[in-house]
Amino acid sequence: MLNIGGLNQGVVIDHIKAGNAMKIYEYLQLDKADVCVAIIKNAKSNKMGKKDIIKIEGPISVDLDMLGVMDPDITVNIIDEDRIVEKRHLHLPESVTGIIRCKNPRCITSIEQELIHKFKLTDAENGVYRCVYCEQAFRRN
Amino acid sequence: MKHIISPLDLTVNEMTELLELAEDIIKEPKKYSSSCQGKKLATLFYEPSTRTRLSFEAAMLNLGGSILGFSSADSSSAAKGESVADTIRVISSYADICAMRHPKEGAPLVASQYSSIPVINAGDGGHNHPTQTFTDLLTIKSLKGRLSNVTVGFCGDLMFGRTVHSLINAMVRYDNVSFVLISPNELKIPDYLRKEVLDAGNITYREVKNLDEVISELDILYMTRVQKERFFNEADYVRLKDTYILDAKKMELAKKDMLVLHPLPRVNEIAVEVDKDPRAVYFKQAEYGVYVRMALILKMLELA
Repeated sequence: MLNIGGLNQGVVIDHIKAGNAMKIYEYLQLDKADVCVAIIKNAKSNKMGKKDIIKIEGPISVDLDMLGVMDPDITVNIIDEDRIVEKRHLHLPESVTGIIRCKNPRCITSIEQELIHKFKLTDAENGVYRCVYCEQAFRRN
Repeated sequence: MKHIISPLDLTVNEMTELLELAEDIIKEPKKYSSSCQGKKLATLFYEPSTRTRLSFEAAMLNLGGSILGFSSADSSSAAKGESVADTIRVISSYADICAMRHPKEGAPLVASQYSSIPVINAGDGGHNHPTQTFTDLLTIKSLKGRLSNVTVGFCGDLMFGRTVHSLINAMVRYDNVSFVLISPNELKIPDYLRKEVLDAGNITYREVKNLDEVISELDILYMTRVQKERFFNEADYVRLKDTYILDAKKMELAKKDMLVLHPLPRVNEIAVEVDKDPRAVYFKQAEYGVYVRMALILKMLELA
């Protein structure tokens, strides 16, 4: 496997569904952050076959739980002094505003552009979010 | 202030109160004939719906109130590109309560977020139509005498029929209600309803293909139309269409006190010969739609 150096301090976002790394990168607005970022695509995974990984050096100040909305299998490791100091299990937020978009063409959000897209968690076990307006489930892909 | 956007916006207790008020209106309509004097109902219909709009308007007129509104998007400011939020802000100063039908799902919810008067969802696309569900519940409660301890059969297009989904959601809140879901494979209830409502709530239900085999078990038969265009091929449609047509012969197999409901309009899924059977209550059901809307208007304006 491609070798990327270890982190002294930072965050490793692991078990990203292969192909989704760039979506996470964009959501975290890492293009604007003044930190060193490594994106690893299609890494071998025993559990998933293929996965993406993002390594971020230095502190980032975003709500990482929101990553679970986009991909519930993601794990987040917080690294300090070359060690994993916290393995964070993502807690799915009850509601999500302005992050994911409703794709239902029959939804009022499809014609009224100024409406903020809002979703609520309706099935925590399976990570199902539904649009508050039309109740269509959010499809991750 | 309360809005009615989904059939589940009323608790079971509030629903009981609403249905009791509607039953009192059925008994003594004159008592309520000027309850809404001086009040105005705005009917904001962004798409045509004769029955629902007239039912709302009849309800308000029966209560002694007045009505105003539009009956298609073309004759409203929506044609000029006005948002639902802006329209409702303006209408709020013209009327005391409004009923909104909109082709886009969630539009009445958006309206309720900007409105200073109560908003009733009169149908938003294929999504919710709470007053149809209230009508169905009033029909069952009034003519069957109970909402619990019943076996309800839904027949026809159970995949796209929002009235079916809403009534299932509303009925699972009552004790000992079981369902028999009668449809071709292509038109079974959606997965989310099966998993998130029926399985999750441990509700007794069966999915079958043939009405004849199960009609004798039913206390309520809720018919819906099977549209030809829903089938994947012509052969399946021809093979199955008669299975889902209720006629006098099938009615012979049913219980003597079974009720047949239908949200209307009916096309050919119930033979005209069934209309004279006392168990066919779909026209009564349409009449009850006015009473339940009267009760809802009174409750939402806090006049009863």
